[in-house]
Amino acid sequence: MPSNKSVSDAPIAQFTNCRLLRGRRLQREDLWVREGKILNPEKLFFDEKGSADVQLDCKGCILAPGFIDVQINGGFGVDFSLATDDFRSGIDLVAQKILSHGVTSFCPTLVTSPPSVYHQILPQISVRNGGAHGAGILGAHLEGPFISKEKKGAHPEHCIRTFEENGFQDLLATYGSLDCIRIVTLAPEIKRSSEVIQELTKRGICVSLGHSVANLSQAEEAVQHGATFITHLFNAMLPFHHRDPGIVGLLTSDKIPAGRRVFYGMISDGIHTNPAALRIAHRAHPKGMVLVTDAIAGMGLAPGRHTLGQQVVEIDGLNTYIAGTKTLSGSVATMDTCVRHFLEATGCSVETALEAASLHPAQLLGIEDRKGTLNYDSDADFLMLDDSLHVQATYIAGEEVWRQDALGM
Amino acid sequence: MKLIIQETYEQASEWAAKYIRNRIVHFAPGPGRFFTLGLPTGSTPLGCYRKLVEYYKNGDLSFKYVKTFNMDEYVGLPRDHPESYHSFMWNNFFKHVDISAENVHILDGNAADLQAECDAFEDKIKAAGGIELFVGGIGPDGHIAFNEPGSSLVSRTRVKTLAMDTILANARFFDGDLSKVPTMALTVGVGTVMDAREVMILITGAHKAFALYKAIEEGVNHMWTVSAFQQHPQTVFVCDEDATLELKVKTVKYFKGLMLVHNKLVEPLYSMKETEAERSHSKKPYSD
Repeated sequence: MPSNKSVSDAPIAQFTNCRLLRGRRLQREDLWVREGKILNPEKLFFDEKGSADVQLDCKGCILAPGFIDVQINGGFGVDFSLATDDFRSGIDLVAQKILSHGVTSFCPTLVTSPPSVYHQILPQISVRNGGAHGAGILGAHLEGPFISKEKKGAHPEHCIRTFEENGFQDLLATYGSLDCIRIVTLAPEIKRSSEVIQELTKRGICVSLGHSVANLSQAEEAVQHGATFITHLFNAMLPFHHRDPGIVGLLTSDKIPAGRRVFYGMISDGIHTNPAALRIAHRAHPKGMVLVTDAIAGMGLAPGRHTLGQQVVEIDGLNTYIAGTKTLSGSVATMDTCVRHFLEATGCSVETALEAASLHPAQLLGIEDRKGTLNYDSDADFLMLDDSLHVQATYIAGEEVWRQDALGM
Repeated sequence: MKLIIQETYEQASEWAAKYIRNRIVHFAPGPGRFFTLGLPTGSTPLGCYRKLVEYYKNGDLSFKYVKTFNMDEYVGLPRDHPESYHSFMWNNFFKHVDISAENVHILDGNAADLQAECDAFEDKIKAAGGIELFVGGIGPDGHIAFNEPGSSLVSRTRVKTLAMDTILANARFFDGDLSKVPTMALTVGVGTVMDAREVMILITGAHKAFALYKAIEEGVNHMWTVSAFQQHPQTVFVCDEDATLELKVKTVKYFKGLMLVHNKLVEPLYSMKETEAERSHSKKPYSD
């Protein structure tokens, strides 16, 4: 049959009988995909006189943008902060496994580590598109080492550093190279943080505040210099106080520069934050909520002991502690579990829960023009979910990369 | 004319959709034998489109061998503007059924040479063998398509400047902002619609009652251009009770009395699922 499309001969897939998340609502619309991007069917019809080559019945599923996890330390026995010979295959393994959790893009996260670790590991992380091989890598998230000793959480104290001496040069020397770094978490109360934040922001790197004892004005100053994210809100920072709300106060601060939004990551696994705290944050600033897993190497594995950077942790159910202590150290929750828990704990709409794991992280990283939505011309990274938000299938660039039922539809 | 009076908007929409369905199924379109359908936009035909989509989804009706010609389109409005008639037709009809894009014809309000676009449209209608059934609505000022009061009753497809009545009526689609409403449109002429083998006009709502009165109980007049169809041999007006409010009781009683006969046009209701043989054995629909 002769091609009836003037723009491209590539096959067009039409996903029908679904409810897709678009324009902030679930709508009964079909999803059209061509060459890995979401296609505008009206333009196809009138401009190209084109039609679908293949129609796929989604059987009433919800179609949502693929989840984006901006804080994940490893999983399935792989620790992104551990420099091993087969580091690359470790990242590949995690990237492949998290497809079943609905994650189509992620930022491999490194906890506070010695410079040698950064110098060995960072060159092995490259920004790349996802596909059947695994979720796409957006760049590394470096959580530390420029953090507060008092709020180190599970990070090793002996690796914590400051940049008081040489400012940005100290940071450069520690990390080695800034290629492929997407997010840096630091404590803004460290002297010279303003210039460091400005330098990072200038280079398109997202600056996040975390593991810090900063008060609200220090946090606001950091935001004014370019910081746009808060790492796992409530955890590893001063608690909210009514006369000094600390970093938490950024959610309702009136000193945020016009046109900017502060996003905040929350681990909604039911353990790192009490559901009431989740609700308070969500209600105070719903558009800033970014769900993260903060998953560690033990995610996906049986209970027991595993490494996290320079430390040993103990997993028992959904709880992970530094071995021998009661200090929480990352989670073993999966992204889809976090989304479902968030939905249940806040009673929010399905659309809101899905956006917190897709649209908002895309907005945080400034990539919402191609990720995090099902808008026309966006990358066709999407999920088929049932009504209780269990992932049934994962698609990257329009290709099915994971399906729940191994026997196929 | 046949004046079909139904109690509610939904019933009027359904009657109209059934009529269109029967006409298409009876025509038995196929490769090289297309059913040419003229189509309107606006809020009046929405119910009718919904039913037609339903018939397609049930497998009773297919638009694979149907060619459509829309009545009009705004000038200067981007084609993908949510209020363009291209968008209206895509969202309310085309995207839900199996019609092919090359069989769809809508005037291009952004063409470089508007009159040439209009002339080409007339040629396309001719090339398709003329229009089998032209479905239209009526404006509160009695216009058919955008043939505003004063339009020639033998006019062809051309550019028209919209009357204030029409702009006011359309403002609700543009956030109530009069300055956002397009002031010009490309429209088929009264003569163009008169050339169709059959014409069906949908008129619902009390606000259209006066226009309906002027169109069928007064004379043929270029100030109420729908009145031109008094001189067409095959016209069907489908309306709800509210639209008859300005008519004489005598007129309404007469045509309501004829419903027994007119309903034979939609009962039995044919489906494309039936075989050719089943259909040819059934009686031809009664015609006036």
